[in-house]
Amino acid sequence: MITELGHFSLILAFLVAIIQAVVPMIGAQRRNAAWMAVAEPAAAAQFFLTLAAFGALMWAFVTSDFSLRLVVQNSHSAKPMLYKISGTWGNHEGSMLLWVLIVSLFGAMAAWFGGNLPPSLRARVLSVQAAIGVAFFAFILFTSNPFLRLAVPPFDGQDLNPLLQDPGLAFHPPFLYLGYVGLSMTFSFAMAALIEGRVDAAWGRWVRPWTLAAWIFLTIGIALGSWWAYYELGWGGFWFWDPVENASFMPWLLAAALFHSAIVVEKRESLKSWTILLAILAFGFSLIGTFIVRSGLLTSVHAFANDPERGVFILAILAIFVGGALTLYALRAGAMEARGVFGMVSRESALLINNILLAVACFVVFVGTMWPLVAEMFLDRKLSVGPPFFNMAFTPFMVVLGLVLPVGAVMPWKRAKLGRAMRLMAPVFVLALALAGLVWVMQTGRSLLGPVGLFLGAWLVMGAAVDLWLRTGRSGAARLLRLPRADWGKAVAHAGFGVTVFGIAGLTAWQSEDIRVAQLGQPFDVGGYTLTLDDVQDGEGPNYFTTTGFVTLAKDGREIAQLRPEKRVYPVAQMPTTEAAIDQSLARDVYVVIGDRQDAGGWAVRTYIKPLVNWIWIGCALMALGGGLSLSDRRFRVAAGARKTSAVPAE
Amino acid sequence: MKRLLMILLLLATPLWAVEPGEVLDDPALEARAREISQGLRCLVCRNESIDESHAPLARDLRLLVRERLVAGDTNAETVDFIVARYGEYVLLRPQATGANWLLWGAGPVMLLLALLGAGLYLRGRARSSTPQDQPLSPEESRRLAEILDE
Repeated sequence: MITELGHFSLILAFLVAIIQAVVPMIGAQRRNAAWMAVAEPAAAAQFFLTLAAFGALMWAFVTSDFSLRLVVQNSHSAKPMLYKISGTWGNHEGSMLLWVLIVSLFGAMAAWFGGNLPPSLRARVLSVQAAIGVAFFAFILFTSNPFLRLAVPPFDGQDLNPLLQDPGLAFHPPFLYLGYVGLSMTFSFAMAALIEGRVDAAWGRWVRPWTLAAWIFLTIGIALGSWWAYYELGWGGFWFWDPVENASFMPWLLAAALFHSAIVVEKRESLKSWTILLAILAFGFSLIGTFIVRSGLLTSVHAFANDPERGVFILAILAIFVGGALTLYALRAGAMEARGVFGMVSRESALLINNILLAVACFVVFVGTMWPLVAEMFLDRKLSVGPPFFNMAFTPFMVVLGLVLPVGAVMPWKRAKLGRAMRLMAPVFVLALALAGLVWVMQTGRSLLGPVGLFLGAWLVMGAAVDLWLRTGRSGAARLLRLPRADWGKAVAHAGFGVTVFGIAGLTAWQSEDIRVAQLGQPFDVGGYTLTLDDVQDGEGPNYFTTTGFVTLAKDGREIAQLRPEKRVYPVAQMPTTEAAIDQSLARDVYVVIGDRQDAGGWAVRTYIKPLVNWIWIGCALMALGGGLSLSDRRFRVAAGARKTSAVPAE
Repeated sequence: MKRLLMILLLLATPLWAVEPGEVLDDPALEARAREISQGLRCLVCRNESIDESHAPLARDLRLLVRERLVAGDTNAETVDFIVARYGEYVLLRPQATGANWLLWGAGPVMLLLALLGAGLYLRGRARSSTPQDQPLSPEESRRLAEILDE
């Protein structure tokens, strides 16, 4: 019964979305206030109906209702409750429902909090947002309906892919989707502005928080995914340049470019048409990402739906929205006149450099991801584009970005003197260089990657500190805490970028590895640590069998930790997984994986010493925190509530 | 003997990447083998190198790489040996030949184009002037002086 109600409310939401897409748009065109006003209740109704549908599906998963095909395919009665809940979106149909739920959530947020938007702009934004919703409701109802029943329900389900039964991964998709779909809001704003034919500082101010929020969610989602890959896949990699990872990385890069260029629109009324184009492309890449994952066109670990029909449907959505948007852009972009005047060297031009580097880096990732397909279709060459390519072709852009960032960040608007900005940063530059030199001397004879990464990291972090200090002007430390949150946000996020760079370089340059057959009770040394495999025991979890190794980790004869690497087999899904045991610290991780029992006695054991690895995710967290600080800046809230503020009498 | 060892190794069910039994005694050779395997794709896997993969085929390739190295091949010869048998699909780092120049050149060319475009735009911005930048006409200056004097 609940399932049918969910199905029904999904269909109702689809119908409401159609009305919301059509009526307010016509109303805005004809300046009819009543028609425009339809958008607001429709957005709310659409959200609550979709929420009801999603709730119904979740209920089916929680109660293990095996008359639903989707639940049978992706759940099992013995599965822990957390994964029953996360199983709702751990599959194609459910994740699309989550996707469309978030589309309608953002629409409803724009309806509720967009009170100070001009009515026609708001009507158009909500209408475009609903049009995106319509496309995805249709996709769900016609090709991937989660509410289909089975005539003969089986006794139990087929279980969720065991790799996905993990707390990190339970929350990875919702964050990622909040990010992907958050960009739909920016897209709707861009479309509305193009239809309206007006982009001004106010538009920039409305768009920026949405983009920033989407970017924060993408950052968290990507970091969670990377962290999961690190501890779950069993060899401690954190990034694989997998097509699906790239699919989330490209919108992230463009979103980062977008909220930087939106600053220029807001403060200086320049770069308008470029910002609109970025908004279209950022959401376009979100759709391309969805297409890549769902069509199975580029096979990868994540692709759960290899269905050509679905692929074609999403390709059609992509063509209509991005094609339509670009056509509209080509027709209208010329009308957007830039107002601000600025010199060749200025904060505007520094932000332009940021945009170029991020956008071109995104382009490189895109070409690399699509190249195997292009080569096979047009050149008849079957080839692979893997991590070595991306590391070589992508990294230089990030290095240059890191080099110019601190100097660009302290440049004033309109007209800057490069010499002055560089003088301000010179002490920090020298200090970072000295640190790198010190490390280079200490590590003797290893790759330059470590020192270079350390230099960049130190330069970025200290540069951010100098930037913050300069903002206080002459009043010094007293003012530091009273600076606007946006200043703190900027410094924290920039420092976070530096910290991530530092972590990646340190890990890549200095990690060490050991593979051996370990005999029970016989200690062995890896990179200054002594490990002993004390015991290996078989056990049983809620829905899996496990082989657990008991490893003692010691340094200089002193015990540091007891590690429990596991090897699990999920009998229902018939899949083995490895659960690495990790002794974490800020300086290094000791990462132990247990393998098979050897015929000649003993167990295969892999040990990695991974220096600085945790800084990668600490940096990501700092970037997200910086974004959050910026988002909480009073100036955004003041703008949002401008209509309500009462007049203050003049003194 | 080596063949027997290989057969024995293949019979074992591997759970993950490089197994203890595969590691060469000579650390220098082993390091080269690891480096090479990180650039070769496991043909039956999804976007994994043979160094990371636990598929039996990846294991065969890892052993093949080590066999060639022990036989005295250079890194390039080893890679060529494998490409000759499995095609360029095994290379995770695509060769810069033929149309692949488009792939390798895409980033740098796009960067140059973007810098050019940005340079032209910036020059336009720096030169264009708004009404505020134009000096006041004598009439306006006189009126301004009047207002200030009042």
